[in-house]
Amino acid sequence: MLSYIIRRVGYSVVMLVLVSFVGFVIIELPPGDFLTQLLTELEGRGDRSAEDRVTELRLRYGLDIPLLPRYVKWATNFVRGDFGESFALERPVREVIAQRFWLTCALAVASILLVWIVAIPIGVFSATNQYSIGDQIFTTISFIGLGVPGFLLALLLLFYVVQFTDVDILGLFSREYRDAPWSFAKFVDLLKHLWLPALIGSITGTAGLIRIMRGNLLDTLGQPFVESARARGLKSRTVTWKHAVRMAINPLIVILGSEALPGIIVGNALVATVLNLPTIGPEFVRALQRQDMYLAGTTLVFFTLILLVGNLLADLALAWLDPRIRLE
Amino acid sequence: MATAVLDSEVLLDIRDLQVHFDVRRGTVRALEGVNFTIRKSKTLGVIGESGSGKSVTARAIMQLLAKNGSIVSGEMLYNRQRDDSGDSELIDIAQQPSDSQLMRDLRGGEIAMIFQEPMSSLTPVYTAGLHIGESIQLHLKPRQTVGDQMAKAIARQNRIPREEARQIAVEMLDKVGIPRPEERVVSYPHELSGGQRQRVMIAIALSCGPKLLIADEPTTALDVTTQAQINDLMLDLQEEFGMAIMYITHDLGVIAEMAEDIAVMYLGRIVEQGTTDAIFYNPQHPYTRALLRSIPRIGQTEGSRLEVIEGMVPDPFSIPTGCPFNNRCPDVMPGICDARMPELLTAGDGQRAACLLHDPDTMQEVTRARVH
Repeated sequence: MLSYIIRRVGYSVVMLVLVSFVGFVIIELPPGDFLTQLLTELEGRGDRSAEDRVTELRLRYGLDIPLLPRYVKWATNFVRGDFGESFALERPVREVIAQRFWLTCALAVASILLVWIVAIPIGVFSATNQYSIGDQIFTTISFIGLGVPGFLLALLLLFYVVQFTDVDILGLFSREYRDAPWSFAKFVDLLKHLWLPALIGSITGTAGLIRIMRGNLLDTLGQPFVESARARGLKSRTVTWKHAVRMAINPLIVILGSEALPGIIVGNALVATVLNLPTIGPEFVRALQRQDMYLAGTTLVFFTLILLVGNLLADLALAWLDPRIRLE
Repeated sequence: MATAVLDSEVLLDIRDLQVHFDVRRGTVRALEGVNFTIRKSKTLGVIGESGSGKSVTARAIMQLLAKNGSIVSGEMLYNRQRDDSGDSELIDIAQQPSDSQLMRDLRGGEIAMIFQEPMSSLTPVYTAGLHIGESIQLHLKPRQTVGDQMAKAIARQNRIPREEARQIAVEMLDKVGIPRPEERVVSYPHELSGGQRQRVMIAIALSCGPKLLIADEPTTALDVTTQAQINDLMLDLQEEFGMAIMYITHDLGVIAEMAEDIAVMYLGRIVEQGTTDAIFYNPQHPYTRALLRSIPRIGQTEGSRLEVIEGMVPDPFSIPTGCPFNNRCPDVMPGICDARMPELLTAGDGQRAACLLHDPDTMQEVTRARVH
């Protein structure tokens, strides 16, 4: 087991290096990015302080050395925690991301919890009552949930809430807490605001997971071990949950690690934009639009990191849950 | 409750059992009046081609039919012996809802079943010991030895403590011939071979001391040497535990070795039932005879072809009228066999056969018609 973990971590590191290289090339790629513009502008000014600044920037980002050493320089800085500067925001990338990272995580965890708590029981019900009225209703709803994009839902909800209620749903905090230091009251306020974006962000995921859970469980319920469990005289509820669901849920762990976690952190940029949430997603999109390349590249590497960690956790969880995997 | 009285030697008496399945194309009449009896501590072999209703019969006895299947009519009278008083009561299994407490007590407790696919009959994420323990904790009541222990056990819903269940599991694994049972009790299914998994299935089935063991083609998925071992094991355990066995197979060689009684099924009916000797040495139904002729024999003239039964098993939606075997029967009497339904009647060496050739009324008419 330990060697398995070490091996997996090893693969992850290799993967991370590859992706970070791609990320770096993307940073370097576009003509007309912020840095070039800034340099041109500074050089155009031609005064003493501008020249100093140009030299400093050239030195810092290694503009005079070839690509590969430049990458090494960037990567070393990255590992040290120096991600470069967001030129658009005129702040270090590190600050920009740190500010949004925890809220993003909170939202992601809330969404995932919501998805699982809602989707698993419904999926189980649908499978054990296949073709019943309840199953048909849930199937219809889940197809609608799959079909309607999250941002559209966010817009509709936004319209409804703003039009008909006086609830403040934009952002994750009420106005008075927005810039306040962390306190218990602020945390409670966060929870008050969190459920709605979490709900919207989780609808597509929930719908998908219901379908997957239903399909998996139907497959599993047809397996001989389910029949033999029933033949032992177990209650049908015990057969369903202890034997069938326990087996049907394994593939979902993989989905959780490889799709759900990164998907919710990254993929909900649109929903977050609509709801004006201070998460990483919209900032990433803005960074790409402004060609704020150090911010974009760093975010990209972070997304990869989350994806890799998610995958690793999922694989470990699966190995823990399924003895057949433990051996390999 | 059934009013009928059973011979005290009879464990299970199935009378006119009919099971239908609703499918998109209509209704499949999987069982069309099945009659047979299983005697206490004896083995009944059930043979027949695929689709003859052997497995459906087994699942009907367990009340484990698929959702679209239902018992339409008939009785399944189970002679339940009360261990404490020695009294017996008669239960008509056909009348019991599948998920009722009584049915769940019977299933696994008094009527256990082992299946065709030992490879996938154990839940992959649970150990052999957990499977056996699950059954034990469900069906066995704690031994009434120490008062203190009893009180504790009763407090815990009258369950056998986990540690004791594990001990019984180890004993059972030892009984079914699994080497190093202490280690194997924590093995996962994928760590066991096919034969070992079937042994574990047998250990689960017998852990609660059932009166009837239904074995649905238990060796089909195993290789030949393992088959023989499993069959021997079942015979040994029958001697030790004294349970009756309903052994479903299409292997006539195995059945001759295993069973005291044989029921031959064709298209959802019993066409012949009798003792193994009677069926093998003096078969009365043309279908049974055809089945026996189709066994390859050592010493058979080289180059001669193996006999087969003419034709195919009919599609479930186009079963011939009259005797269902009439379109493949070598002894068919045209105009009679496709018009009348034969009943199970005594014939030959005390067995019963459902063939118009053994129906005295029909045969009288036939002779009369010939004379005229």
